[in-house]
Amino acid sequence: MSAIPSVAVTPLRPPAPLARHLPLVALLVGAAAFLLPLWVMLAGSLKSMEEIRQSSILLPPLNPTLAAWRQAVAALSPGLVNSLLITVPSVLLSALLGAVTGYAMTFGRFRWWNTQLFNVLMLAAFIPIQLFLYPAVLGLAWLGLFGSLAGVVLAHVVFGLPLTTILMKSHFEQLPIELIRAAQIDGAGFARTFLSVVLPVSTPMCAVVMLLQFTGIWNDFILGLVFAGPESRPMTVQLNNIVGTTFGERAYNLEMASALFTAALPLAVYFYSGKLFVRGVLSGAVKG
Amino acid sequence: MQRPALRDRLTECLFMTPAVALTLIVFVGTMVWTVSLSFTSSRALPIGHWVGGTQYVRLWHNARWIASVENLAAYVLAYTLLSLVVGVALAVLLDRYARLEDVWRTIFFYPYATSMIVAGLVWQWLLNPSVGLQSVLAGFGLPGSEIAWLASPQLAIYAVALAGAWQSAGLVMVIVLAALKGIDPEIHRAAALDGIPVWRVYVSLLLPQVRGALITATLLLLMSAAKVYDLVVAMTNGGPGTATELPAKFVMAYLFVRQNVGLASAAATTLLLTVAAVLAVGWAARRYAKR
Repeated sequence: MSAIPSVAVTPLRPPAPLARHLPLVALLVGAAAFLLPLWVMLAGSLKSMEEIRQSSILLPPLNPTLAAWRQAVAALSPGLVNSLLITVPSVLLSALLGAVTGYAMTFGRFRWWNTQLFNVLMLAAFIPIQLFLYPAVLGLAWLGLFGSLAGVVLAHVVFGLPLTTILMKSHFEQLPIELIRAAQIDGAGFARTFLSVVLPVSTPMCAVVMLLQFTGIWNDFILGLVFAGPESRPMTVQLNNIVGTTFGERAYNLEMASALFTAALPLAVYFYSGKLFVRGVLSGAVKG
Repeated sequence: MQRPALRDRLTECLFMTPAVALTLIVFVGTMVWTVSLSFTSSRALPIGHWVGGTQYVRLWHNARWIASVENLAAYVLAYTLLSLVVGVALAVLLDRYARLEDVWRTIFFYPYATSMIVAGLVWQWLLNPSVGLQSVLAGFGLPGSEIAWLASPQLAIYAVALAGAWQSAGLVMVIVLAALKGIDPEIHRAAALDGIPVWRVYVSLLLPQVRGALITATLLLLMSAAKVYDLVVAMTNGGPGTATELPAKFVMAYLFVRQNVGLASAAATTLLLTVAAVLAVGWAARRYAKR
């Protein structure tokens, strides 16, 4: 029995040029395929319907026109305002609630209760939302919030609770305990420690949570569809209505301009934030 | 010394109150309510009387529900496989070959940041045989390019799965890539020294090492497949016929359009049980993989 199995060492030879470039070619083809819908949206939104009928879907607009964009902006502006009015308070409130809850869960003394609550929230993150909708409609109607912006915000804050809490808790658990001890020795209470010590060192994680919540809430369709009224519909719901009501030939240029207009803000946030967004998705995925 | 400690306990209670209240009322309360509604004959209002398992019997005799479940099976299979294959392939390519990893990752992951409604709309146009992608392919004389995927009762669900996979493959890539990055790069040098081809290193050595990440990704894909709703609404609205009806959409239709809360609750409860079963299996698999 030899301790080390003998291995025939083949000399390293440089791979053939084509084989060496194959991975890069595969990546380029993949990138083209993934970017195709974005390109088609952009190009299509700048074409006239006549050009869409005659030219290829892949070609850039030869006679660019903003007509479809004007129409889309006019039709979706109320939705844009509603989406902002829904998303901004929802993101702030749910991040705050997640931070408060995660903090109390991590550093609080009611260990057993906190663990139970955490387990329930972990499970709640997976339950199909359809299970909650009907009672939630009745509940919001009872509160007089059904069909209002406040009702949609409340729904987002509640349904965001599992994700925000899980993310904040996993972050707080990594904070050095000495930090908390030092604050306590200095006489800071539970709330003071949170506000003056823990929250200030947690701004990156708060940013990650808000980023995830922003894209999630902006892109939400189902909560807006169910809980918003005619005056408070978010952009995604309006977008779907615009498409649903066209008769005859589909106005693809209008549809693409509207779709891109709706996707613009979350995409801009995504492209701008880059790694931070990925970090959030990863910690959410691994915990959940 | 007693007073500040007491005050701290009270503050802690105060901090936990909103979360506890919301969890008990919304998550636990409404879930119990929905499950109990599924045993009643409620139509538009939750006032029906107890009918035992009748709604479940009705559910499994409902042609639209049966079609939804069958479609979901096809969707889950196509969507999960496609997302996994593409996502893992991209992760391996980025792990081994890519410079400018950030740029590539940004490109492959951006669909995840767009709404399903937007994704559904653009894919619907791409798959329109007369003005979409296939018209380009037809220009090259490619056979089969006249097939109208979204109008075909057999193929439409796979077209929806394709759009879904376009959105999710990047998520798989990000999760698997992060796990691959955690492996000692020395293994590549050792394998190269032994003349083992790169693909072999990944298939036999590295991917088994990141099986935890693969299970997590699969679990997330299965969960999002079970919930898929907006994508079909935007892309096919369930058609042609019931070819792309799905359980989540069935619940919505019977809750808010057909006003049959009892039946919708039975469908939602069935969905819950399915998700719970998948989760249990997934957690067991992940625990097993960690050993």
